Parts: sequence; C-alpha cells; structure tokens
Amino acid sequence: MGIEEKIPDSIILTTLEKMVNWGRKRSMWPFGFGLACCAIEMMSTYGPKYDMARFGMEVMRPSPRQADLMIVAGRVSMKMAPIVKRLYEQMPNPKWVISMGACASCGGIFNNYAILQGVDKIIPVDIYVPGCPPRPEQLMEGILKLYDKVSKEPLRGNSDTKSKIKPGKKA
Amino acid sequence: MMEEKLKEFFDKNFSGAVLRVDEFRDQLSFYIRPEFLLDVCRALFDDSELEVRLLADICSLDWLGDSDEEEGRFEVIYNLYSLKHKFRFFIKVKLPTDNPEIDSLTSLWATADWLEREVYDLMGIKFAGHPNLVKILTPDDLEGHPLRKDFPLTYEIPQFSFNKDDPPEVI
Amino acid sequence: MEETTTRRRTMNINMGPQHPATHGVLRVELELDGETVVKATPHIGYLHTGIEKTAESKLYYKVIPTTDRMDYLAPMSNNLGYCLAIEKLMGIEVPPKVKYARVLLTELTRIKSHLVWIGTHALDIGAMSMMLYAFRERELIIDVYEACAGQRMMSTYFRIGGLTDDLPTDFNEKVEKVLKRMPEAFLDYERLLNDNRIFRNRTIGVAKISADDAINYGLTGPILRGCGVNYDVRKANPYSGYEDFDFDVPLGNNGDVYDRYLVRLEEMKQSLRIIKQALDGMPEGPFRAHVPGVVLPPKEDVMHKMESLIFHFKIITAGFKPPKGAVYQAIEAPKGELGYYISSDGSNKPHRMRVRPPSFVNLSALPKLVEGGMVADVIAAIGSIDIVLGEVDR
Repeated sequence: MGIEEKIPDSIILTTLEKMVNWGRKRSMWPFGFGLACCAIEMMSTYGPKYDMARFGMEVMRPSPRQADLMIVAGRVSMKMAPIVKRLYEQMPNPKWVISMGACASCGGIFNNYAILQGVDKIIPVDIYVPGCPPRPEQLMEGILKLYDKVSKEPLRGNSDTKSKIKPGKKA
Repeated sequence: MMEEKLKEFFDKNFSGAVLRVDEFRDQLSFYIRPEFLLDVCRALFDDSELEVRLLADICSLDWLGDSDEEEGRFEVIYNLYSLKHKFRFFIKVKLPTDNPEIDSLTSLWATADWLEREVYDLMGIKFAGHPNLVKILTPDDLEGHPLRKDFPLTYEIPQFSFNKDDPPEVI
Repeated sequence: MEETTTRRRTMNINMGPQHPATHGVLRVELELDGETVVKATPHIGYLHTGIEKTAESKLYYKVIPTTDRMDYLAPMSNNLGYCLAIEKLMGIEVPPKVKYARVLLTELTRIKSHLVWIGTHALDIGAMSMMLYAFRERELIIDVYEACAGQRMMSTYFRIGGLTDDLPTDFNEKVEKVLKRMPEAFLDYERLLNDNRIFRNRTIGVAKISADDAINYGLTGPILRGCGVNYDVRKANPYSGYEDFDFDVPLGNNGDVYDRYLVRLEEMKQSLRIIKQALDGMPEGPFRAHVPGVVLPPKEDVMHKMESLIFHFKIITAGFKPPKGAVYQAIEAPKGELGYYISSDGSNKPHRMRVRPPSFVNLSALPKLVEGGMVADVIAAIGSIDIVLGEVDR
C-alpha cells in the first residue's frame, strides 16, 4: 500500500515523510458512521456554523472501501459490535479511528447487558473525544490532535498499528 | 360518563370474567381472567357505542419477591383508547410463573404484532396464535429474558488504578 | 415440442444497518421483483440500550438523564413526560410559571425536531441544500437550550416538581430572536419545496395509508393526522396547562408523504403561535413546588437553614417513596403519542418504567406502506415516518 514498501531499508527520508503526512491529513475522507445522539452533533459540525469543510473533510463517504477515517459516534450495542468490526476490516490502509463521545469510549452512562463498554474492545482507537455529546468545538479539537499525530508518523513501518492501543487490553 | 358505560358493559356481558375494578389517580383498570381476554376485546372492538379502536400499548410487569406475587407473578396490561369519547382505560391480566401464556390479539389489531414480540423477547410471555413470535430487540445469542427480576443487570466494575490488574468483574 | 415454463424469481436485497438514508441503524430486508417491492421486513434492535432495565436500578431523580437519550432529537419532551408521570403518581401540583415555561420549551423542542426532520428528509429525496438551512435555524434554538441548562442537546432541565433553576436573564431576548427569524425561514422552505416539480413527483401519491388502517396499526402523530383523523393529545387530554393556549391542529387529506410534509410544516407555525402566547403571558412566581421530602429546597435555604440541608441530603442520597400503584401519562411528542407507564412498589426505585415509543409503533406499519411500490419510494416512506432509532430500540 503506497510507496513505503518499494523503498529499501537503508534510505532515510524526512521531507518526503512530511509531504506524505501532510497530504494524508489534509484530505481525510471520513466514514459516516453515526449511530445515536453523537451523530447529530457530528452533523451539526458539518453544518454552516461549525464548518468541517475547512478541514478538507466535507466528503463523507457512505462506503467503507472509500474512506480512511472512521468516527464512531454513538453507543455500540452488542448486536451491532460484529458489524462495526467487519466495517473496520473493510477499510483500506492507512486508516484511523476517532471514538466520539462517552458511550463509544467507555460505555458512558449505560453500564448493562446491552452496551459494549468501549469500542476499543474490538477495534484499535487513535483519539478519544469525551462528552455526552461532545460539542462541535470538542470534536474539532480531537481532529486537530489527530493531525498532530498523523504528522509525526514514520513513513516506514506499521503506520496504522504501531502507536495504537491494541484491542481488548487497556494501556 | 364513559366510566359508567364501561362498568355497565362489563356487568351486562362479562360479569364472570372481571376479578376486580381499580381506580387510582383517575385511571380505570379492569382485572379479568386470562381465558376471557380475546372475547372481551372483540366485544369492545365491535361495540358501536363505545368504539374502542386504538390499542396504544401492551406492557408487562414482573412481581417477583413482592406481596402481589400470590395472584400471579406476571401481569400484562393492555392500554385501550376510544377516539370517539377521548377516554383511556386499562385491562390487566395476571399470569402464573411457570409457562405463562395468553391469547394473541393480532386478529383484531395489527399493532399487536410487534408489541407482543417485544413482551415475549424481554419478559418471556408466550402469545398463542401469533404468526411470527421471534426475538426483536436483543441479539440472537443472548439467552434469557432481560426484564425479569432474576436476570442480572450485568454491571461491569470500571477499572481504576488500584484494580487495573485484576480481571474485569461483572455483577 | 416441449413446453417450457419461465418462473419469475425475486431478488433479496439487504438495506443494511449502515446506510446513509436510514436515519440510524435500521435494517430492512427487501424482496424485489424488478423494481417493485414484494415484501419488506424491518429488523431492529441494533441500538438496544436496556434503558428500562437501567431505570429499575436507579433512584427516581437519577432516571431523568437516561430519558433524554431515547428520542435524542427532542430531549425535553421525554423529560416532560417522565416528570408529569411522577408528579401524577405523587399528587404534586406545580406553580403556573412552571407550566408556562414547560409549554414554551416543549414547543421549541417540537420545532427543533421538525427542522432536523425536514433537513434529512429533503436530503434523502434530493434537495441537498435544505439540510444546511435547517441546521442553521436549529442553532438559534440550541442557543436557548444552552442559556437555560448549559448543554446543547441533552438538557435535563425539567425536574420533579419544577425546573432545575430559574429562567435565565437573557431568555426573553433569545426567544424573541427565534420568533423573528422563523417565519422568514418557513417562507424560504415553502418556496423551495412546495411547488417544486421533483419534490411533488417523488412525494404525491407515495406510501399512502387509509385512516382505518392507520388506527388499526396504532399510528399516532403527524402520520395519523395526515390521513385526516383529528387526534392530538394536547387537545384530547390536555396536560401541563395546554388548555389555556389557543392553537389549531392541521389535518391532511390523502395520507401520502406530501400531506405529512404539509402537516409538519403547519405544526411548526402553530408552535410559534403557542410560544408567542407563552412568552407574553409568562406569570411570576416560584420555579418549583414546595413539597418537603420530595422536591429539592432552594439553594439559599440549604446554605442557611438546618432542616433544608437535611432534606437536601436525604433526597439526594435516599430519594423518596411514592405510594404503591401505577400511572400512565401520555404527551404529544413530535413523533406521536409518547407514553410513560410507571409502576411503583413502595420503594425508592421504580419497579417498572415502560415507555410507549411512538417511532416503534409507527415503524411497524412500514411493510404496509411500501409493499407494491417502487424501491426508490422506500427511502421517501422511511423519511416521512420520522423515526429515531434511539426510541425504537430503547
């Protein structure tokens, strides 16, 4: 996937790394995965007052094969969990995940038989955005932190698994 | 005015079926024997003066561990409304603990289809004559009926720094 | 010569849980013969949260935030239904200022919910710019929420016996802004959609249902009123002071998607009428009832008087114990008739909280609406029912 594999190990590239990371972060295509109340705040962030298009993210792809950022917005129930995992596996590399809201990060106020206590039990997550629901400004702050993270990623190596928390284990 | 008409209707046609009549906070409820449910509802539906045509809700209760359990552990409540008289009343039925079963109202009201499926899924009460009595809300691999009092809430104790190395506890 | 018989086979298509136009996680299994829908089966439960089971393990006060998250487009309506049910159970009478404030905020909530509906419904049908206009107007109403309760969506502003806190000082100004801007906005929407040829072709005559069928399926709300049946809980069994206000209930004729759109647009205008009457006639007075042991005492008393402090402590930690019995309270939510059936067994936690969800019952009529029609009309039908999956699955 990409140019990383074609370069032999003994060459160090810094400017190319910066350019590739800049290109990746400034034109991420999010995957529209709104589940519950946080989805409405995500839609408000796309609205005219808090505009997401200035981040290059206004193209919201309905198909996972064409997206590279998955914003899990809302509570993940036990019936929906295998579907989330399957959609994550369908996305091509490099991909990032933002867990938006309290229910996606840790189960939120619902601690019972029906809700998965945190989506990081099944997929690796990059950024957690707290709130119930998070304000649009909070979501934008989360996206800016994701930009910082992407710009520090090395060109070679497992850029999508190295710095992430592995599923199923707490850090 | 509608209350007297209803009480007359029950005294005239179904005096053997009514166990008792209850009025709490201006709400009229009739406790009837389970065998007579379909006949009572059909008579109310066909009566051209009362015109009870809207079945608003079917609710189920579990009286495990309470003093009301002697009459029957489960209680099913039918919420009926007459659009002509703008009057709401309830028909309540008590069912025993083992093998609770009652007639289905799908032959009279099409809305009873999903409402009865939900009662079956969450409380375990079977409806005889229902065309498709399968689970509707809970995932297929969840065994048991969640709203019963002996089904645990499955509350997962959050992991803080003092118990983070222990395996996750569920009550 | 052999006789060959050709057999038409139908195709099964899955409109999966993740779909841009199903307004959440809804799965519809369609059996198609070409473009005609032969059978449609909705599968729900992908957002089941166990709210009713959670409510049995919390004190009566602590259930209010969980009720916000059921119909998350109209959170104050859910709070209102629950608080009215508990007040009926306990026999508490609220002061008149509370009634007027509740009516005002609930009607603002109705406009807010219908704005999201019109934005997403028009987006599905093809008028993409409507969504941006609707969300722009919605921000004005969110400003009012934020001034009252500090939160944009899940406000939890209504409490048992009154409100959390007095109305803020800039409340009148913010509501006047809404009252000034909304009539112009409605004119814009009408000019964009009412006589639009594409919108009319996609909605007139689509997903029809007759009045008798609608009552049999238990439908309530704008769908039932679009068929011509005059059932509005605010007029039939008034609650929280609605009998003092003067408003009309719009009715449709045919029961198709276009009539439901007109009914909801007119409902928004009638809500503006009610808001104006409530704002002009807002009485002075306390913002919560005085029932020691049940309703929290005012904060100034808690700081200075001993028994208020003790009551405050006891209510927050141990709650109150209602009499044994069960009540049902129905309100007119934007989606239909929302009902709360609360059964109490004498302890400080609810024995059973049952929510009668209007979207769940309305969605069960989807097969009746779409069978026999085209595949593209399924999207228009789902949009016109106005479902919120948080309420369908609870």
